[in-house]
Amino acid sequence: MQYDHILIRYGEMALKGKNIKKFIVKLQENIQHKIKDFPEAKVKRTQGRMFVLLGGHDPEPIIEKCKHIFGIQSLSLAIKVDNELEAIKDAALYALENSEDTRKFKVTVKRINKDFPVRSQDMNQILGGHLLSNTNNITVDVHNPDLEIKVEIRLEATYITSSVIPGLGGLPVGTSGKSLLLLSGGIDSPVAGYLAMKRGVQIEAIHFHSPPFTSDRAKQKVLDLAKQLTGYGKSVKIHIVPFTKLQQEIFREMPDGYAMTIMRRMMMRISEKVCRNESILSMTTGENLGQVASQTMESMNTINEVTNYPIIRPLITMDKTEIIKISQEIGTYETSILPYEDCCTIFVPKSPKTKPKREKVNVYESKKDFTDLIEDAVAGIEVVKVTDQKDLDSVFEDLL
Amino acid sequence: MIYLDNSATTKPNPAVLKSFEQVTERFFANPSSIHQFGGEAERLLMKARNQAAEMLGVGQNEIIFTSGGTEGNNIAIKGIALEHQNRGKHIITTEIEHPSVYDACSSLKALGFEITYLPVDHNGVISLTDLKNSIRKDTILISIMHVNNETGSIQPIEEIGKIAKEHPKLFFHVDDVQGLGKVPLQLPESGIDLCTFSGHKIHGLKGTGILYVNNRTTLFPLFHGGNQENAIRSGTENLAGAVAMVKALRLIKEREKEELNNLYELQKYLLDEINRLEGVVMNTPLHSAPHIINISVPGIKPEVIIHMLGEKDIYISTKSACSSKQKDESKVLTACGFNKERSISALRISLSYDTSKSEIRQFIHALKIAVNQFKEVME
Repeated sequence: MQYDHILIRYGEMALKGKNIKKFIVKLQENIQHKIKDFPEAKVKRTQGRMFVLLGGHDPEPIIEKCKHIFGIQSLSLAIKVDNELEAIKDAALYALENSEDTRKFKVTVKRINKDFPVRSQDMNQILGGHLLSNTNNITVDVHNPDLEIKVEIRLEATYITSSVIPGLGGLPVGTSGKSLLLLSGGIDSPVAGYLAMKRGVQIEAIHFHSPPFTSDRAKQKVLDLAKQLTGYGKSVKIHIVPFTKLQQEIFREMPDGYAMTIMRRMMMRISEKVCRNESILSMTTGENLGQVASQTMESMNTINEVTNYPIIRPLITMDKTEIIKISQEIGTYETSILPYEDCCTIFVPKSPKTKPKREKVNVYESKKDFTDLIEDAVAGIEVVKVTDQKDLDSVFEDLL
Repeated sequence: MIYLDNSATTKPNPAVLKSFEQVTERFFANPSSIHQFGGEAERLLMKARNQAAEMLGVGQNEIIFTSGGTEGNNIAIKGIALEHQNRGKHIITTEIEHPSVYDACSSLKALGFEITYLPVDHNGVISLTDLKNSIRKDTILISIMHVNNETGSIQPIEEIGKIAKEHPKLFFHVDDVQGLGKVPLQLPESGIDLCTFSGHKIHGLKGTGILYVNNRTTLFPLFHGGNQENAIRSGTENLAGAVAMVKALRLIKEREKEELNNLYELQKYLLDEINRLEGVVMNTPLHSAPHIINISVPGIKPEVIIHMLGEKDIYISTKSACSSKQKDESKVLTACGFNKERSISALRISLSYDTSKSEIRQFIHALKIAVNQFKEVME
């Protein structure tokens, strides 16, 4: 006997109305994609439930994959047996014996198939007795069990599940449209991307690259971060904007205190153009209220003036420590803290305005025509796509 | 088990086997297929070819993946003969070649080719003067092995290459099946036009190999078909085999770099021990490859010793595996000038980088017992 499938529960999605189908189909697709290295494993939906049929594969690595998929509330290993008492007893015992650190357990039987001759209450007792007599030092505790063994006697078969493994929750990536993530290489933006993805958003990223002031390693770092985000989705397209000329021009021509604000406005303008070209309906940033000069209320008001596209700011009210905690959990922290200059750190004004004003910025900007520089930057964009698959070259390298 | 028959074949390296398995499973597409899946297989093949070329110091279009030594030698010899027979029909090789060279050459006599088999001296080495004197206007090919598979003798390939270079109309082929990973050989600028390598002698897999064919050399293909491998060897590429070959090549080169001295030390230990054994004579010359030791126990049939050792799970061989079924004396030892008694009683011990000193010690011990036992019976 062994666990032959994983039961997938999708909490919040179950609350959806008529369009629930769309969410479930997407989830199924996302799970199937993540487990494609396990050729025999299949994702199936029957009667409002989703299963991963293991097809003989070891469950552990597949569970590990499922733990990185948004839209899964929780999952449990399960055994499917025929509607026969002896088989159900064996399976329940297997579930108990293969759980970790169980001292107190509880059996819950649901008899959906009323043709099954033993009633739920009686089944509880039969199974409980069977488990007690075949194990040592384990007791029944219906109020506070370490393990609840659930037995569902359905029409086609009986399903036995035990430990509930929490999933990430959220909505399946791809069900909430696309957003353009402003990805800098710092700690915050990857976390913002992750949280947007958690709400079902598919991410594309934009990165402002200022060679030779920012190095190829800084660019690679951004690609690496995007690659880490694909762990929670499928792929991320990164738009790398050549930003050197525009940036130099801003810092040369604009008043020192406003240069940073204007640079941010330029970034928003370019991002909006990318959104339009790619049919993306929003932007996502790692902005965090009060963290730096560009993230004061006044700065945001001034910077936001140049676009009326919605800006998703998942981190806006978080504490830095909360952000760091998430970045550590999702594995982007170590990459984020690599010390390469990015375009925001190379030209730092001596005293950036923390309270810039819209009127003043507009006056400054009107003195210089940036249109061509913006157009050039957009035209020079390099698009790189990273996927969650191990790239072929490194696969080849291992083989050779 | 003490396995001392590494010149016959070696134990596959598990990492090589794993790569073979993974490629077979994951990249089974035909590299010539135009879909993406085929494209991946093609990229992998290209990468394998590049890596092989890089390690051998040659161009990537000079690497032909083959099924091994016999195929490589046949493609080279017959391919040159058929392609360039208008230039001449004379081929020079040696008395001590592996049958896949010796007999490939002989077979061409039926097509009107003349073959010169160069003799070797007591050390199993040809004379360069002989070689020079044998080259004629109609000579189109010199095929000479690097390391002899029975005695471990090494031919002066570098010098032969220089001589070959003076005759730009002829081609120079080297069978380096036994030398690869044990006796360094320079390919670029060496005068070598073709060189045969085999996978299973370097802890790779049977059915894998490389034939180096430099850019100036054209061959008449033995297989016609889909024009794979520069149209020299048509047939759907054995991608997993090619990857396994290149991985085996990389791994053996690494060991050659780091452990060659150990292997020579091990051989010296074995030679010293054998030289102290009574009734056993050494056939391997002084300057030889580090992994092959040929001895004779005159008066004792070699099969008897092989079987006595085999009972103790120790495996050595008589002459080369490819001619050991023939009951007569070793052609190679006869060519070296050894008398019949000695050349019918030869034993070959061949080592690998995995062989340990303690294995050699146990082998010597068992050999001593076997020889003594036999002598007691005879007396």
